[in-house]
Amino acid sequence: MTFAVMFYVIAIITLGSALMMVTSTNIFHSALLMLVSFLGIAAVFVLLQADFLAAAQVLVYAGAITVFVIFGIMFTMKGDARKTNRFSKNAIPAAVLSLILIVINAAMVLKTQWPVSSHAPLEETVSSVAELMLTKYVVAFEVTAVLLLIAMIGAIVIVKEVKKPS
Amino acid sequence: MTAIMNIGLNHFLVLSGTLFFIGLFAVLSKKNVIAVLMGLEVMLSSVNINLIAFNRYTSPEILTGNVFAIFVIALAAAEVAVGLALIVAIYRQRKTAEVQDYDLLKW
Amino acid sequence: MFDIALYHAWVIPLLPAMAFVIITFFTKKMPKRSAGISITSILISFVLALSLGIGVIGQGERYLEHPLKVVVTWFSMNGLSIDVGTQIDTTSVMMLLVVTFITSLVEIYSLGYMHGDTGFARFFSYVSLFAASMLGLVLSPNLLQMFVFWELVGLCSYLLIGFWYHKKSAAEASKKAFITCRAGDFGLLLGIILLQLNFGTLDLQQLSKVIPHFTEYTGLTAAGLTGIAILLFLGPMAKSGQFPFHVWLPDAMEGPTPVSALIHAATMVVAGVYLVGRILILFVTLPSALAFVAFIGGFTALFSACIAITQTEMKKILAYSTVSQLGYMMLALGASSLSAGMFHLMTHAFFKALMFLGAGSVLHAMHDEANIWKYGGLKKYMPVTYWTFLIGCLAISGIFPFAGFFSKDLILEVTYAASSLSGQATGSFQGLYSLLFIMAALTAFMTAFYMFRMFFICFHGELRSHDAHPHEAPKVMTVPLIILGIFSFIGGWGGWPGLGEGQAFGYFVRVGNFHEIEANWFLIILSTGLALFGIGLAAIFYCKKTYSAEAVARKFPELYKISFHKFYIDEFYLWVIRHIVDKLGWLLWKFDYLFVDGIIVDGCGKAAQWSGSVMRRVQTGQLQHYAFVFFLAIVLIVLFLSLTDFNSIHVGLLLGGVK
Repeated sequence: MTFAVMFYVIAIITLGSALMMVTSTNIFHSALLMLVSFLGIAAVFVLLQADFLAAAQVLVYAGAITVFVIFGIMFTMKGDARKTNRFSKNAIPAAVLSLILIVINAAMVLKTQWPVSSHAPLEETVSSVAELMLTKYVVAFEVTAVLLLIAMIGAIVIVKEVKKPS
Repeated sequence: MTAIMNIGLNHFLVLSGTLFFIGLFAVLSKKNVIAVLMGLEVMLSSVNINLIAFNRYTSPEILTGNVFAIFVIALAAAEVAVGLALIVAIYRQRKTAEVQDYDLLKW
Repeated sequence: MFDIALYHAWVIPLLPAMAFVIITFFTKKMPKRSAGISITSILISFVLALSLGIGVIGQGERYLEHPLKVVVTWFSMNGLSIDVGTQIDTTSVMMLLVVTFITSLVEIYSLGYMHGDTGFARFFSYVSLFAASMLGLVLSPNLLQMFVFWELVGLCSYLLIGFWYHKKSAAEASKKAFITCRAGDFGLLLGIILLQLNFGTLDLQQLSKVIPHFTEYTGLTAAGLTGIAILLFLGPMAKSGQFPFHVWLPDAMEGPTPVSALIHAATMVVAGVYLVGRILILFVTLPSALAFVAFIGGFTALFSACIAITQTEMKKILAYSTVSQLGYMMLALGASSLSAGMFHLMTHAFFKALMFLGAGSVLHAMHDEANIWKYGGLKKYMPVTYWTFLIGCLAISGIFPFAGFFSKDLILEVTYAASSLSGQATGSFQGLYSLLFIMAALTAFMTAFYMFRMFFICFHGELRSHDAHPHEAPKVMTVPLIILGIFSFIGGWGGWPGLGEGQAFGYFVRVGNFHEIEANWFLIILSTGLALFGIGLAAIFYCKKTYSAEAVARKFPELYKISFHKFYIDEFYLWVIRHIVDKLGWLLWKFDYLFVDGIIVDGCGKAAQWSGSVMRRVQTGQLQHYAFVFFLAIVLIVLFLSLTDFNSIHVGLLLGGVK
């Protein structure tokens, strides 16, 4: 019962903030609402007993990515902040399409019989995750490391000011 | 009533799907390119809920889903870095942050 | 040496081909080095061919009955396998010798003749390619390879005839040669394809085994195979300048004179004779095709002799005499004698090369003045040319013991043997062969007459042109003349009557059984008599001037005119092309322009353009639109899947074949 209440509260916060993020016309508000949404997702992770993931979510999404996004907003913003984040002409078709997809998704999820396991969840996740990542998925792990490096270098190269030939 | 109050896999999946399509709505309908990127982040993040929910309810003894989610987070970090770099570069070039003005991809 | 040459005969054509490549790509700017490379390569080829020749003759029967084939598979598919390689037998070796020998001499001669020409290196590269193509043709073990080299020979003739391409007449002549040959090659290609379709092979040896029993292997009737044979013969007709395709050969004089010598003596035109010789078994199997070959040959011989009588240019006369002699060769082949045809080919190569080189020497001395009436009395200025040319004329006229005597006599003999005149002939069409024999004899007389007409006009009497200062050619030109002169003298002795097995030319190069040549005194006396009569007549008219040639010409103006204008064949072709081919072409062009281009081709383009101009509106350039369409498609696919049976074929297609 408590679990259900917690789930619904968290779900409403997450979805609500995400929805408001979309509808807000002020991009700063959007960014902050996105932050709330990310924190909600972290809470969902806690509900799912993925505490390490919840921590990572808070660090990476709520921390790094939000800061990045706000930096981007600062960089590109001009004019009145209240009009920085308006809808385009596609808003209504896009809303309809998204709604249809939400309904389809929910219907399909509810229609499907999932092979639910009765096994109890692990108490301690960090060590298991670490073991999996350093044994079975060690190659993917290393590749991800390289990918991050490449992304870093790429971002620097792209952003670097191109010197105009004088 | 029990179906509503007895929280299971379906609830999490519906939550993640709904979040995903709210993100899609942002991607499809916003003018500001940063807002589009934000929608994209929400989409990516909602996928993680999916992964972990499946992990939790179908095979809780192996944490493969968690590991995948970590990889997705790492990818998201890389994506946002490169994405923002591209936005900055394009912004320098075209002096605008509106997606509708990025229309070179046509005849 | 012999064994190496035997199994690596492919080197013989390869060497000149390499010379061509080297000259074209590396030494084009260095005339002397180019000539050196070219001559060295052809001389090595000649030595190899010589060692081959000695070896093959030494082993006699072996290579005659069982040609040595060294081949690799070029390509093969179901029902079609084509080899490429070499086939060594007595006939091909004989041709190898002739081609390399004549080409070597011509190239050495060209050192002097082409000296100072701006295209000196280019000339040697073309000649090398020419020799390579001809040698490749000679060695071909199957008809397809032969055809490839055949076309290469045609290409080289085009290049060489049009060597001085800045001269309009040369450019025209090269085009004429190429197009005329192409007309015949069309037939040849059709014939080759039909042979492949019916017999399933193009290999010369296999063909010679199956063709005599064609009714067992194929559903062909004799008439059908005759059709194929005549189609095949169209190629040699065009290449060897047989009537009515002879028109290109006299015009081919526009090329440098050594090229003319090469074309007329060793390479281009004898390719046709050689091809017919190679597939002679096909014609021997079919008497009517054989008679067709004989008739074309005999008629061409007489026809072009008639034209040669009135021509006024040295090289033109020689050209028509070549056409005439080629007719002789075809006649010999048409009398089913490979020996006679090939023998005449060989001796003709010697004396015709000699005479062309001699003519070149005269032209060189007279600063390219072509009209023989401007010459005269060259005897005292150019003794070497004079004497060698005399040998050539005697040889072509068939005077004993010069080379031409033996080969010409052999041709007359085989024709006579096939005719009803001899009373011993067993084949069909004896009446036709009788006619052909008379024509051949008449041609022998006329040959002697027109050759010595030219000879006397050129070398005797007084020099008629006053601004010319004739002089003897340099050594590099006269030495080949002397060598060729020697061979024109002794080159026919292989056909000496009484030579038996293992000695006579006819023993080594033959189809069927070997017959020892018996001296037929009637024919010997007839042919020598006719030749001497011709020479005497020429001497009376043009040397002693007892009777005036002009008076005779005036007496029969029509005959003179028709001969001088080459029976108006060129004019006739021109008329046909102008009034029929051009009109037809115009009609087809209109159809093509208005219907094919206007409606079909342009229509396709317009349709694509119009639909593109409409559909490009879809491409807005807005990524959000694209993403929208993408997710809309997902909705549609989900709806589709939920409405259809999941195992239906549509679902399978939609999921990319995944089940």
